[in-house]
Parts: sequence; C-alpha cells; structure tokens
Amino acid sequence: MNVSYEWLRAFVPFNETPAKLRDLITSRVATVDELVPLRSDLAPFVVARVVEAEHHPDSDHLWITKVDAGTGALLDVVCGAPNVEAGKLYPFAPVGITMPNGLKIERRRIRGQTSNGMLCSPRELGLGEEHQGILVLETDAPPGTPLLRVLPGGDTRLVIDVMPNRPDLLSHLGVAREIGAAVDSPVRLPNIEGADSSIPAAARVRSSGRTSGVDVRVDEESRVRRYMAVVIRGLKVGPSPEWLVKRLAAIESRSINNVVDTTNYVLHELGQPTHAFDLAKIAGPSIIVRRARSGERITTLDGAERALDANMVVIADAKRAQAVAGLMGGRDSEVSESTSDILLEVASFDPASTRATRRALGMSTDASYRFERGVDPALAPIALERTAQLIVAVAGGRVDDAPVDVYVADSLPNPLALRASRVQTVLGDAVPADEAASLLRRVGFDARVESTETVRVMAPTWRTDIAREIDLIEEVARLRGYDSFPDEIRPFRAGNVPDDPQWLLARRVRDALVGAGLLETRPMPFVSGAADGFVRVANPLAENESYLRRDILDTLSRRAEYNLARMQGDLRLFEIGAVFLPHGAMPREELHVGALIMGRRRPPHFSDPKSDEFERAMAFDVWDAKALAELIAREAYGTGAATIEQGADGELWTIHLAGERVGRVRTLTLDAPVWAKPAFGVELSLGVVDSTAVAPAGRNAHRASEYVPVRVGPYRPIPSQPAAPFDIALLVPDSVRAADIESAIRQVSGDLLESLLLVDEYAGKNIEAGHRSLAWRLTFRHPERTLSAKEIEGRRTNVLRHLEKTLNVRPRTN
Amino acid sequence: MLSENPSLEEFEKGLRDLLARGTLEFSNAKDADALEQARIEFLGDQRGKLREFQVALSKLPKDARPMAGRAFNSAKIQLTEAFEQRRGELAKASAHGSHRDLDLTMPARQQWRGAKHPVTVVIEEIEGIFRELGFTIATGPEAETEWYNFGALNFPPNHPAMDLHDTLYLRDDVLLRTHTSPVQVRTLQRYAPPIRVLIPGRVYRRDFFDPSHAPAFEQIEGLCVDEGISFVDLKATLTRFANRFFGRRPTRFRPSFFPFTEPSAEMDVQCGVCGGSGCGVCKQTGWVEILGSGMVHPAVLEASGVDSERYTGWAFGMGPGRIAISRYGIPDIRILYDSDVRFLERAGQ
Repeated sequence: MNVSYEWLRAFVPFNETPAKLRDLITSRVATVDELVPLRSDLAPFVVARVVEAEHHPDSDHLWITKVDAGTGALLDVVCGAPNVEAGKLYPFAPVGITMPNGLKIERRRIRGQTSNGMLCSPRELGLGEEHQGILVLETDAPPGTPLLRVLPGGDTRLVIDVMPNRPDLLSHLGVAREIGAAVDSPVRLPNIEGADSSIPAAARVRSSGRTSGVDVRVDEESRVRRYMAVVIRGLKVGPSPEWLVKRLAAIESRSINNVVDTTNYVLHELGQPTHAFDLAKIAGPSIIVRRARSGERITTLDGAERALDANMVVIADAKRAQAVAGLMGGRDSEVSESTSDILLEVASFDPASTRATRRALGMSTDASYRFERGVDPALAPIALERTAQLIVAVAGGRVDDAPVDVYVADSLPNPLALRASRVQTVLGDAVPADEAASLLRRVGFDARVESTETVRVMAPTWRTDIAREIDLIEEVARLRGYDSFPDEIRPFRAGNVPDDPQWLLARRVRDALVGAGLLETRPMPFVSGAADGFVRVANPLAENESYLRRDILDTLSRRAEYNLARMQGDLRLFEIGAVFLPHGAMPREELHVGALIMGRRRPPHFSDPKSDEFERAMAFDVWDAKALAELIAREAYGTGAATIEQGADGELWTIHLAGERVGRVRTLTLDAPVWAKPAFGVELSLGVVDSTAVAPAGRNAHRASEYVPVRVGPYRPIPSQPAAPFDIALLVPDSVRAADIESAIRQVSGDLLESLLLVDEYAGKNIEAGHRSLAWRLTFRHPERTLSAKEIEGRRTNVLRHLEKTLNVRPRTN
Repeated sequence: MLSENPSLEEFEKGLRDLLARGTLEFSNAKDADALEQARIEFLGDQRGKLREFQVALSKLPKDARPMAGRAFNSAKIQLTEAFEQRRGELAKASAHGSHRDLDLTMPARQQWRGAKHPVTVVIEEIEGIFRELGFTIATGPEAETEWYNFGALNFPPNHPAMDLHDTLYLRDDVLLRTHTSPVQVRTLQRYAPPIRVLIPGRVYRRDFFDPSHAPAFEQIEGLCVDEGISFVDLKATLTRFANRFFGRRPTRFRPSFFPFTEPSAEMDVQCGVCGGSGCGVCKQTGWVEILGSGMVHPAVLEASGVDSERYTGWAFGMGPGRIAISRYGIPDIRILYDSDVRFLERAGQ
C-alpha cells in the first residue's frame, strides 16, 4: 500500500526523516518495501539568498547578483528575471546539475560576466507555467537547504507491505496511529480549509429509510454490516484543487474530478471506501441492496460488461443494478460533468461475500481489497461526515437531509484477560502488567490493570484481528520492539523425534550416486500425462503439464532432451523425489530414485585410441545401467536383499524385494539428434510416503520412537588357505541363459565354491551356428587346508558332466 | 666348497662366508641382469651355492642336523631378503628412469565428477547447523489434505491470507502442499514434546515458471515445542544459525503475519553486498530477508492435540532455493530446475 510521508505528517507531528520513518514502521508495525522520493529530479536544487543585485552594465534586462547558496562563498550569478531582489530567497541550480528539461548548468560568460549557476522560475523547475519571474520562496530555511525540504511538491512515497490480518493499516489514519504510538504524539484528522460544514446526524434504521426523497432499503442484511447514504444537491463537478491532486499523485492515484477524487481521498485517508451515484440516473429514486438476479448484467466503471449471479450483492435502483457491492460502481450512474446531485454511499460489506464476488468476477479494486479484509462499521458515520464536508468544500452543494443509516449494531466483543505470567512464558522476558497496559493503550486499546498479574483489555473496533490472549501478547511484543528481547541461548531438552528413515535412506542413495559420478537434479514434477493412470491437477497452470508424474524417468527423459537440444550428450542425471499414482481420495505417493545415463563413460583423454570402435566401447551400455541398479538396490535395501530379474515389455530388468516389484531398468526412447548415444534409465522405489492422517483433528497419537536396527552383514573369516581357481569355456546353445548355467554350476559345486565369475563371451568364427561361447572362472577354497589337484579336477569333471546332462552344454574344444 | 663329509663347524663357517659374500654381491649388483646372475649363483635351484649346503645337511651326523638346519634356514632367509631389497631398489630406480621421456605436464585421465544439487548443498548445510542444536529431520507427504495444509494451521476459511498461497488442487479437499508446515502438525500429533525437528521438502504454488517463480520449489522449516520455550529461544537459535550460516553480520527481527504463528517475525541479515548502507540488492534498505518465524499459535497446538497452556514453541521457514540463487549469483530461478549438465557440474565444484 502506498502512503505519503507528508500526508502522514498532517496527521501526527514527527521529525523523523523518511528513511528513519521507514525503519520505525518496519521495526514496529509492518515492512516498508520501498521509499520513493517524489520529484527527485529537484533533489540537487538548493535554497539561495540573493545578497546583492545590480543592473548589468551592457544589458537592459540582465542583473548581476551575488548569491549565498550555503557554500560559504558568495557566487556571481547573472539573472534575467525582473523580480530579482536583494535579500530574498529563490531556488538555485548550482553548476554541474541537470535541469528537468535536460539542460546542463555550466559556468559560462554572459555578456562578459561570469555566471556560476542559475536562479530558477517555476516553469524551469517543472512546477507550473510561470516563467516571467523566478520563484520567490517564503521560508525561514537557511541558504543551502535542499529545495525539496521547503517546496510543497516534495514528498516521499512509502510502499508498505500490509499483512492480511491488519486491515486497519490500509489508510493514512491507521499508519499514523501506529506512528503516534511509537513517537508518543496525538493523532488528529488533517485540517482542510472549508471542510467544516455541518452535516445533520444520521437516522439509524433497521432495514430501510429515506433521505432527501430517496428510499434506501437493504434486503441482504447478513452480507451488509452497515449501509449509510446521504444526498448532496447542487454541486459542480470540475477539476480538483491542487492540494487534492498532489495528495493523490503522491500515492499514485490519478485525478479524475473533484467528487471522485474526494471519495478516493477519503478511502486513503480513513480506509473507508465510498461511492457517489449521479442521483439523476437513479430510477425511483430508490436504492435497494439486494442479490443480483440470475442473468442480470452490468457495465462497470472500467467499461467491462459483467454477468452477475444470484450469489452476488448489488446496489440497485428501482429498475436495475447500479453497482456491484464492495467492488465497483456502474457506468450508467457514473458522476460526470453534468452531475449536480449525488447520492453518497458509505457502507461496510461482508468480507467473505466481497471475496467470493471478487473471485467470481476476477477483478480487484481498492474498495474490494479493504472490504475483503474488513472495514470497521464504526468508521462509516465518521467517513460519511468527512466525505460530505470535503465534497461541499471542493465542489459546492449542500446536504439538505439527515443521512440514512441501516445498521443493526454489532454486539460488543468480550473483554480479554492478559496475564503477565503468560506474557513472560511466551516472550521469555518479564513485561509488567502496567507496562503492557500502557503499550496497548497507545494504539487505542482499553486496558485496565486489575492486578500485577491481570490486565483486562477491550480491543478498539478497528482491530478485528484481536480474538484471544496471544493476539495481545503479540501486540505487547511488537510495541515494545522485538529488539528489546534478549537473544541468549538458554538450556533446552533433547528432542523426542528420531530422524525420518526415508530421509536417511534418500541421503545414503544420494551420496552413493554422487560418488559414482552422477549429477543430482530437481526438475518440475509435472508431465503431459494421460487421463488414465495419472493424478491430475484440478487447476493446472498449463494444459500440457496438467498431470503429476508417475515415474521419475519421465521427467529425467525430458531433461535429457533439454540437454541434447543444447548439444550436451554426456549425461548422468538422477533425482530422488515423489511420484504419484491414482488411489482413492488421496493419491498413492512414493519416494523414488531415478537415474539416466547416456554418452561417454568418462571424459575423453588425449591418450585414448582414436577409433569408432573405441568410441562405441566408451559409451554407457546396458551393463552400466545394470550396475547402477545394483548399486542403488544395495544402498537402499542392503546387500543381497533384492533380486534383479530379466524384464519383459521393453524393460531390461526388474528389481524385486520380498516378492514385490520395486524397480526397473530400461532403454529410454528420447527425442534425440542422430549423434546422440543410447540412453538408459534406472528407477527404484524407496518406499511409500505415508499420507494418512496421524490422528483426528484436535487429537494426537503420541508414541515412543521405535528402534530402527542398523543393517550389518555377518562376519566372514578372512581366508588363510590358498584358493584354487580354474576356468571352464563352454559352448552354449542360444536357448540357454547364463543365469541357468550359473545356477547349474552352483547346484553341484558345494559350499567350497567361493566365487563364480563370467570372464568371456564370444560368438562368430570357430563357433557353431546357434551357439556362443561363455567362459567362467570358478574359485574353490577350503577354509582349513589346501585342496589337492585331484579334488579340484574332480569338481571340474562334476560340473562339466552336470552341465552337459541338464542343459546340453559342452566344453568348448577349439 | 665343503668337504665330502663336513663337520658341523665347517658347515656353519662355510654358511657364514657364503652369507657374507652373497649379501655383498647382491648389494653391489649394478642392474637387474647383474642381480639375476648373482641370484643364480647363490640362490639358484640347480647349481646355486646354497643348494650345496642343503645337500650337505643330510650328510651331517644325526645329532648335528637340527642345529645345522636352523642355521641353514636363517642364512636362506637373510640371503633372500638381501636379494629382494636390492631388487626393489633397482625397480624403483628403473621406474624413474623409464618415465623420464614422458611430458608430465599433460593432463590426467579424468572420471566424471558427481555433484549434489545446489539446493541440496544448502539444505545439508542448514541441517548441519541445526543438528548441533539437537534437531532431527522429519518429512511428510507432498499431496496433503486441506486440513493439514490450512485448517490445522489456523488459516481462516475464505480469508485473504489464502491469497499468499495460490494452491494447486487435486480434488476438493486434497491439494499439493503449499508449505512444509503440515509436517509440523503431523509431527506434533505423532510425538510428544520435547520436539526439535527440521522439515525439508518440496512445496507447490500455482505460480507460472518465470525468472523469479517456480510452481514447485523447496522449503525447509524448523519446529521446537516444549515447556517454557519462548520468543527469546526463537531469537537466540535463529540468530545463532544466521551467524553460522551468513557470517557475523547483524540481524534484525520485524513484525510479520503468518496464521500459524503469533507473535510472527521476519528475520533479516545485513546486506552482504553493501554492508548495510543500501544498494540495489537490498532495495536500498541495507537488509536482506532470510526467513519467516514466530511462536507456534496455540490454535495449531490445539488442532494437533497438544496442551497449549502447558507447551509453547517456535517455528521458522525459509527457501533454500532462494539462498542458493543469491549465494551462487544465479540470475534466473529456472536455471536451478532446468538441469543443464553444464550448470550442475559447475555448481558441484
């Protein structure tokens, strides 16, 4: 929200500079995001006194002056203005600065006389059209004072980030109230000349009334907390006076005409939105606050035609809607040059109702912004009087009848008890009851100290955010200043919550993959998806990314394509993140790890052979993908816990844990350029993320933290006896798988087989068609003695015989 | 040479002489060839001089054999050691010599280097500091109910406070969490105080992917609940954290609003670019906002089934992505998530 420094000063006297005021408001009230010096192009100009002025010897109209610009020396300045006069103060442009019109001020000679700067006219400063004479400054400021200090046009805009719980701050009055509390000064409405006409007291009615011949009726009492109206007759719509234009300009509001500007002014002064209808356009004349009829339409002030529905409240005349309650007036009854009588509406519309209408219409206005957050009903009569007085002051006219006030008074809020002991518990520092009470009183609370322990507090009507004791404690803390509380570390008890096991698991897997040379990514988890099998976002940002991913490889594939499009083909990407599967009301959420590899296995080296064959051999292949799957499975589930099986349906392998499929390895089909190497993907589940409710609302399910054992393998003695390795080369029919052979070998080898390692695969020359040659190294070892040559030979014979018998696999003989 | 039937004395003396000569020859060998010649002469299987003593052992009187056998073994071991030592020395020298022609200024053979994502690096650094203060890690689901995300956290229904949380919905009352705070409620419901947890995770907002917004990003928050936990503890812990994370720069707390904390406070550190005098980075304020915090609202404790009179607590939340951006000087938030390998490799260095 924009506020003006000078406008605030009209409410409460303070001496803080704009920068100091910013720090004060930020530390006590709400954050000031920005300070905008207005007319900052005038910042280098200073106030200067003409000490002497003599006619130029060679000119009729030029003066030679001596000027005191606060520099400690008198400057010679040549001036052509007829009204220059010794002893008076004028705006002065020193040498070196640039005028608003772009002219640079330099030392120069005018008809033989040196001139060190320029005395300025209003037009030269962009302050008006006057250019016959220089601007005479009526001020006590000493020479050298920055011009902006003494010029009414100088001001600073503060942009305040007002939080949704503090609608009372959405006005200069509200901000001034807080400044008054901080600097301990009283706050009063700025005095505006002529704005003192007397407005008759309003007549309060329950649902309908009449003012100056206009019937006013409220049908939607539950959604209109207060509705006041007054008629002003015989006014003249025209341009606003300069002070009003300037006030509005300072907060970036454009001047329209004196009536509209006044309603805007009051909105920013008091925080009360008001609306002026051209009474001549109101049928009846009557005002009915009712629900919109279905199919009813209105063209609002911004020129848009809007379709209304029966959930919206409108301000209608005898025939049709003339305004959308709390949002915007209608174009038909807009105040124009020809308007002479107006009906001024000052109301408090219900926040939730305003919000619903605002969202349904997809528009937001200064008025709706305030109604949504809550406008104090007690403000209405004050704002009505102020607005009517100001309109009469700037546009003429008169109020000839008492305003209507449709209002069923809200019940008073209950007083709250503020306990000094509770303040100390929450804030960690003692704040005596009387200190707390006096802090609260400064911002309009009614606070009575009942004992050293208890203060009885009534919040002012504008503080709709105050509902319980903790709200008062916050007020005490911020009014006292957050920096007044110590920040020493105090003793604490150790926590009760064990580390989340899934977090630990993810960290292990991440560390392993980074160690293996992979790069962690964190891409957006939205995918193009499909209606079936994906979880859809109900209100997606983009239709082509309206689903949540069900696997990480989907996202990683898109990221690989992004890299390929940028000529990056050596990729080792991984992500650990959530995936979503449709499953009743809540999706089934799983934590997955996905990895994608393609391109070279390591960066090229100058010693590498330069051949296509080597290039091919250097690229990641399925065996690297399998290794990655094994690596992840080992880290995630423990050594030997998972099994890797040959996959189907385009999958290379699937990974199984305790009978359940938990992962897969596959070749990825990418939108890839011709030079790209094949891409492989690995994806494993690290478990289901529990999204069931822990306990019903307001209840707990407290339990002790459970023991999570650390996985360790059993100790195996380090061998002391020599190993007995031997190789067997086999001629294997294509129908037989390596795994079949391995399990057959294990079947007959007994406990002494220490390792079984595939060492070679060969097909082609010298190998029968429909066969390949596979070679294994078998290593036997006895824990206590050396195996004899005979024993080893016996095992070799056994193995070969068994393979031939069960799988028809014979030793390779050539 | 030994006589045909040597005495024990003769045997031992001969062995001593042999050992002395052999050791000398080995250590004088100029190169591998000379050493091999010496090895054959003394340790050779067929005609080596030591072999002669082995044969002679059996010709000694029976009672002298154990003593002679020990002497023989000892001499054999010493000779072998002398040979091995010289062989090692020669091998080392030759390794130097044979590589003398390599241009050793040429680059090494590299492996790909892995890297954690910059956001992970920031999260782990924050985690490390809070672990020193006794915090553990809690997590929760990204798809949440409206109650855990808003209701339990004291968001009034239909209130402008919701505007700050533009939400992606999956169904009427199921959404993608807009902050990690629902895990506060889950943790409070699951474990009794004292609670000191750190909650990292991905959150979602209905924001278009642009240079300063992402529809999914990371958050990390902390929660501390116990008897007697106060605003002083909040200030102390977070100031301590900021000093460890950002260096000893001044900090300040200023009033703010979050439905689930009261009093609420935003924490700033003095701008590291201008040192507090005001610059473009800090929008002329001299301060940079780093986190939001506050005392846990009693309504949140009550919603979680925790006695709000007995227990008090504080919480904070921050964006590790934003910190990564300012730390690495990244001009566009999308670079964090686009996954360009050139960025990921460099960020990991």
